[in-house]
Amino acid sequence: MAGETILSVNDLRVRFRTLDGAVEAVKGINLHIDAGETVAVVGESGSGKSQTMMAAMSLLASNGEATGVVDYRGKNLLTLGKSELNKVRGVKISMIFQEPMTSLDPLYTIGNQLMEPIRRHRGLDAKAARVEALRLLELVKIPDPERRLKSYPHEMSGGQRQRVMIAMALANDPDILIADEPTTALDVTIQAQILMLLAELQRKLGMAIVFITHDLGIVRRFADRVYVMRSGEVVEEGKADELFANPQHDYTKMLLAAEPTGRKAAPPDNAPILLEGRNVEVEFKIGGGFLAGPPMLLKAVDHISVMLKRNQTIGIVGESGSGKSTLGRALLRLLPSEGSIRFGGQDLSKADKSTMRPLRRELQLVFQDPFGSLSPRMTVGQIITEGLLVHEPSLSGKQRDARAVEALLEVGLDPAARNRYPHEFSGGQRQRIAIARAMILKPKVVVLDEPTSALDRSVQKQIVELLRKLQADHDLSYLFISHDLAVVRAMSDYIIVMKQGKIVEEGPTEEIFGDPREAYTKTLMAAAIDETKFRQSA
Amino acid sequence: MTDTAIAAPVVGRSLWADAWARLKANKAAMFSLFYLIAMSVVCIVGPYFVPHQYTTIYADYVRTPPSLSSYPKPEMIETAMNDAVRRMRVDVKEWRQEGERVFITVTSAKPLDERNIRYLDRSDTFDNAKLDSTSADGLTAVMSASIKQQYFLFGTDNTGRDLLSRTLMAGRISLAIGLLAGVVAVVIGVVYGATAGFMGGKTDEVMMRIVDVLYSLPFIFFVIMLVVFFGRNFVLMFLAVGAVLWLDMARIVRGQALSIRRQEYVQAAEALGVRSRGIVLRHVIPNLLGPVVIYMTLLVPQVIILESFLSFLGLGVQEPMTSWGVLISAGAKNIGTANWLLLFPAFFLVSTLFALNFIGDGLRDALDPKDR
Repeated sequence: MAGETILSVNDLRVRFRTLDGAVEAVKGINLHIDAGETVAVVGESGSGKSQTMMAAMSLLASNGEATGVVDYRGKNLLTLGKSELNKVRGVKISMIFQEPMTSLDPLYTIGNQLMEPIRRHRGLDAKAARVEALRLLELVKIPDPERRLKSYPHEMSGGQRQRVMIAMALANDPDILIADEPTTALDVTIQAQILMLLAELQRKLGMAIVFITHDLGIVRRFADRVYVMRSGEVVEEGKADELFANPQHDYTKMLLAAEPTGRKAAPPDNAPILLEGRNVEVEFKIGGGFLAGPPMLLKAVDHISVMLKRNQTIGIVGESGSGKSTLGRALLRLLPSEGSIRFGGQDLSKADKSTMRPLRRELQLVFQDPFGSLSPRMTVGQIITEGLLVHEPSLSGKQRDARAVEALLEVGLDPAARNRYPHEFSGGQRQRIAIARAMILKPKVVVLDEPTSALDRSVQKQIVELLRKLQADHDLSYLFISHDLAVVRAMSDYIIVMKQGKIVEEGPTEEIFGDPREAYTKTLMAAAIDETKFRQSA
Repeated sequence: MTDTAIAAPVVGRSLWADAWARLKANKAAMFSLFYLIAMSVVCIVGPYFVPHQYTTIYADYVRTPPSLSSYPKPEMIETAMNDAVRRMRVDVKEWRQEGERVFITVTSAKPLDERNIRYLDRSDTFDNAKLDSTSADGLTAVMSASIKQQYFLFGTDNTGRDLLSRTLMAGRISLAIGLLAGVVAVVIGVVYGATAGFMGGKTDEVMMRIVDVLYSLPFIFFVIMLVVFFGRNFVLMFLAVGAVLWLDMARIVRGQALSIRRQEYVQAAEALGVRSRGIVLRHVIPNLLGPVVIYMTLLVPQVIILESFLSFLGLGVQEPMTSWGVLISAGAKNIGTANWLLLFPAFFLVSTLFALNFIGDGLRDALDPKDR
């Protein structure tokens, strides 16, 4: 399958000028891509894997500069003039990005956006371009392509938008398709479909694919060759099979071992029930208003009952939009809901804000996005002690500070961190801060809303271990919301599978994973287990 | 491992410190900032050092052009002297200048009253007048007076008032109105907008409709009405201007508050049981301040222009108090004969507005580096 080398990168360095001086994001890397092969560039966030490709395409941010040679069929892309470059960029080398939501212009129809580059680069007239656009949509298997030409991006799902992005990238018959984390923002089942599509397109069209990803599962299924990057350097490269079978570098070994392991034992049957929701229902009104007529009702959570015992972890699994986060918030009474919710014998269904306030310290919440959940204007110390201001107002500033030190140590952070600001920390550290904020109040129940989804695999594992340790130390009960089955499996002893606001299936973890009954659970598992199979064979 | 605590400096760098560092790197903004500070200092302190009061009328120096050398000019002395002497109802026999003093010999049909010399003192050109000698019959006298050396760096206006001191006083008023009305607008706007945005729902609807209603009032009509009811005064000026401009602020802040309300850190605070007041004070307002500061630097010039506009129409501050708008309005009427009356105040106003806008731009870049 490998042919001549069409793109080679020699001693590429990328530097960013910042206020703290120059930061070297890529430190002299070499790589090459042969015609028709699939190359994966693997690394965690901040390893410079995306910046390498951005530099190759001259798409660096304005404060960045690249040196070295990026040779595409004898032309050095770094020194090419803009018009020369545009004959290669987007034509012979094209890119798809992570965010299918933001990569499409919301003001133009799919057809418009597809036809424009075709007309520009190939000089076709409108009619011919339309035919071509239709062919591309069929190629990426979008149902009903005639109609889709006229729809706007917001009318399509994430997976469909990513298909459109792929169609756009393929419009000019590229030699190389650079896919920058193309499936990270998508649900597992959609992810599998997109990957299958890419593999099929490569067989049909024979272009080389460069996969930039942090997900080793994808790499193993797809790539011929792998480059492992870490802090701007390639630490290991080689054929995918060999690299997985016999990793040389410690970092590669660490990445391969980063899958969260271990199982959670169920609490004893006689453990007291802490939080109980019966027939919980949450409705959202969509639209409506004075002139718009009656609003549309969306049942985000539809008659769901949950029983959380002490020291239990219930995993709530489902794709985006299944209502799992809404359920978690409704159980904490952060959203108005119908049905009965009881916490430790107290009925919360009618509790108003002030009745809930003293209970808030026992019922805590950790969010998915460690960047959005910490106020950027407050120091870490202020952030984690904010709850104490509410629940233990008698504490002096010194005592609060002591508690902050204690909480930071508990989550494995340097106590000096409390005088710094959230933006000075990495994602994993921020998630630890968010956990410290919840733990400082010594809660009984913590709702973990995708706490590991935004993190790198190796960091994910550390957070999972931290959460498990905290649970053991403080007898905590978790409601663990996630779409990542591997993490859910390692964390929970009971699983609820949700789809469109309803429970599809529930049961002890091993039962659900070992013997899923419902078709939906099976598809969900298939998308994830396929991956595990690959891993086991290595 | 990326996830171990870094050995760190104990004190973190806040976003404000970051923004300040970025602002310092912006030469245009920093120059403007210094210019603006210098302008404020000059306008506040300057009038104490200018030898002329901004209200003093120099009848001898009506519409004198600006000059770096002192007045009176040699050819002006005789005119001024003749004026003064005519008021004494006596005749000049002869006069000569010796250094800084003039010696005048006058004759009169009636005996001279020595109090007559005060007419010399009253003139803007002379002071220290003395009666040196009187002839025996009292019909001829020699009086002397020193020539008052005066500087009118910016010239004088139609009534003979020093334009430099007037421009500086006007600067005080304009900057004060800009700042005060700006602050009034920002305070009302932030509180109102943050409340509407944070409460959301029906409260937000009602509050924003009130803003819409106020928007639809014609501004000039509104100000004329205020002037009719309360008469013209300085406080009313910035109340009127501030009361109109907070509407924009409220809208901007409301939009920001709406988006901040949906941020996870606000939800996290709610989950901690923090009261609405605490959320608004600790989370919403600090995170709003960036856009507010930016908008404020753009609001101040707007206020200054509005005030100038009102003063131009004659609805603003009253003589002898003045503002850049008033001066420009007067200058515009004399553009043919005394263009300095327009040029100096216009230069002060325009350069100040420039500086403010540059600072606003710089702040925007510094606070929102992603938006560039």
